[in-house]
Amino acid sequence: MASIRLSVPATAKRGDVIELKALIQHPMESGYRRGSRGEAIPRNIITRFECRYDGETVFAADFHPGIAADPFLTFHTRATRSGPVLFRWTDQHGESWQETAMLTVT
Amino acid sequence: MIRLSGLGLALVAVAACTPAAPPETHLDAPFERLQSGYDFLTPETQALQDDTFSNPGYLWVDRGAELFNTSDADAPSCASCHTTGLAGVAASYPAIDSDSGQLLNLEGRINTCRERHQHLPALDYESDALRALSAYIANQSHGLPLSVDISGAAATHYANGRDYFFTRRGQLNLSCHQCHDQNAGKRLRGDTISQGHGNGFPAYRLEWQTLGSLQRRIFDCDTGVRAEPLPLGSQTYIDLELYLSARANGLAMESPAIRR
Ligand code: HEC
Ligand code: HEC
Repeated sequence: MASIRLSVPATAKRGDVIELKALIQHPMESGYRRGSRGEAIPRNIITRFECRYDGETVFAADFHPGIAADPFLTFHTRATRSGPVLFRWTDQHGESWQETAMLTVT
Repeated sequence: MIRLSGLGLALVAVAACTPAAPPETHLDAPFERLQSGYDFLTPETQALQDDTFSNPGYLWVDRGAELFNTSDADAPSCASCHTTGLAGVAASYPAIDSDSGQLLNLEGRINTCRERHQHLPALDYESDALRALSAYIANQSHGLPLSVDISGAAATHYANGRDYFFTRRGQLNLSCHQCHDQNAGKRLRGDTISQGHGNGFPAYRLEWQTLGSLQRRIFDCDTGVRAEPLPLGSQTYIDLELYLSARANGLAMESPAIRR
C-alpha cells in the first residue's frame, strides 16, 4: 500500500520561497528487529525520495534503515513558474509510486 | 518510550510506594474530572496530534475514506448505503446490534456490514483495511462526547467488562483499576499512567510505529502485567471496551490520537 499526504501551496508569487511537505505511509522495517518467536523481521524500507518541480529535481534523499515508520519530510524551494510538483518514492525492491500537485505561480 | 517486557521491574516500584491499598470501592469514575490521555503527553506529542497534516494517523483516515467510497468486487460500497456519512456514530460504540442482539464494537460493526450487507468476508482484526475504516469512521466523531448506552441488553456486557477491569491478573497480579484509577497521574518508568480511556483510538502509538485499535492497547496492558492476553476481537475485550467507554462518557473523541 502506498499512501502519501502532500502539502503544496496551490498558488505562490514568483520568487517566493514555498514550503513543501510529504508524509509517506511506510513501515520502514529496519531489518534489525526480531518477532516474538525470535525470527528476523526482513528489512522493508524506502530507499529513495525525489521531488521534481516542473521537471527539475529540487529535492532528493536516500533513506536508510534508521528512519522511523511513516517518514515525514519538509523542504523548501523557490517558486519560479507554474507547473506540476511531482513526488516520487522508491522502495528497496525497486517498486515506485508517485503523486503530483499543481502549483500556479503569479 | 516504555518497553512492555520491562514493565515488571517498574511495577514493583509502583506497588511498593503505594500506601496500603484502600479497599476496592468499585467507583466507576473515581476522578475529580475526566482527563484524556492527551493531557499526559508532552507538548511536542500533543502538537503532532493536533496538526491534522502531519499526524500520521490521518494516513489511515484518508485510506479509510477511499475504501468507504469504492466497491469491492460486486459488492455495493459502504458509501452507497451510508450516503450521509457516519458522523457521531463511533461515539456510541460498542452498541447492541438489534438484529442479532450482540454487542458490537466499531470494528465488529464494520465487519457485520461487510458480511450482512456486502456479502464479503470479515476483515482480519488489526488488518490495514479494518484499521483504516475504523479510523475514518471514528474520526467523524472527533470532538464529540463519548456516549455509550449501558441499559437493556448492554447491561450484562457492561457488568462483565467492569469485572475484567477490577480483576487482578498476570504474574504481577494487578488490575486495570489499580493502575488507571488508583495510580493515574503517577510515573511508571518513563511514562505517566493516564486514566486509561479509549477516546483516542484507533490511535497512532509511537511505540508501535503504526496506528492500532483499542484492543491492541488493552492487549499490551495485559501483556505488561504478564497476563495471558485475550485474542483481539474477543467478546470479553468488547465488553471491556463498553465499560471503558461508559466510564469515560462525556469525554471528547480524539481519534486518530497520538500516544507514546
Ligand atoms: C501496570 C499498570 C497498568 C495496568 C495494570 C494496566 N495498564 Fe493500561 N496503561 C498503562 C500505561 C503505563 C499506559 C500508557 C500510558 C497511559 O496512557 O496511561 C496504559 C495505557 C492504557 C490505555 C490507553 C490510554 C490512552 O489515552 O491512550 C488504555 C485504554 C488502557 N491502558 C487500558 C487498560 C486496561 C483495560 C487494563 C486492564 C486490562 C489496563 N490498562 C491495565 C499501565 C497499566
Ligand atoms: C447494503 C447496504 C449497506 C452497506 C453496503 C453497508 N452498510 Fe453499514 N449499515 C447498513 C444498515 C442497514 C445498518 C443498520 C444496522 C443493520 O441493519 O445492520 C448499517 C449500520 C452501520 C453502522 C452503524 C451505524 C449506527 O448508527 O450504529 C456502521 C458504523 C456501518 N454500517 C458501517 C459500514 C461500513 C464501514 C460499510 C462498508 C464496509 C458498510 N457499513 C456497508 C447498511 C449497509
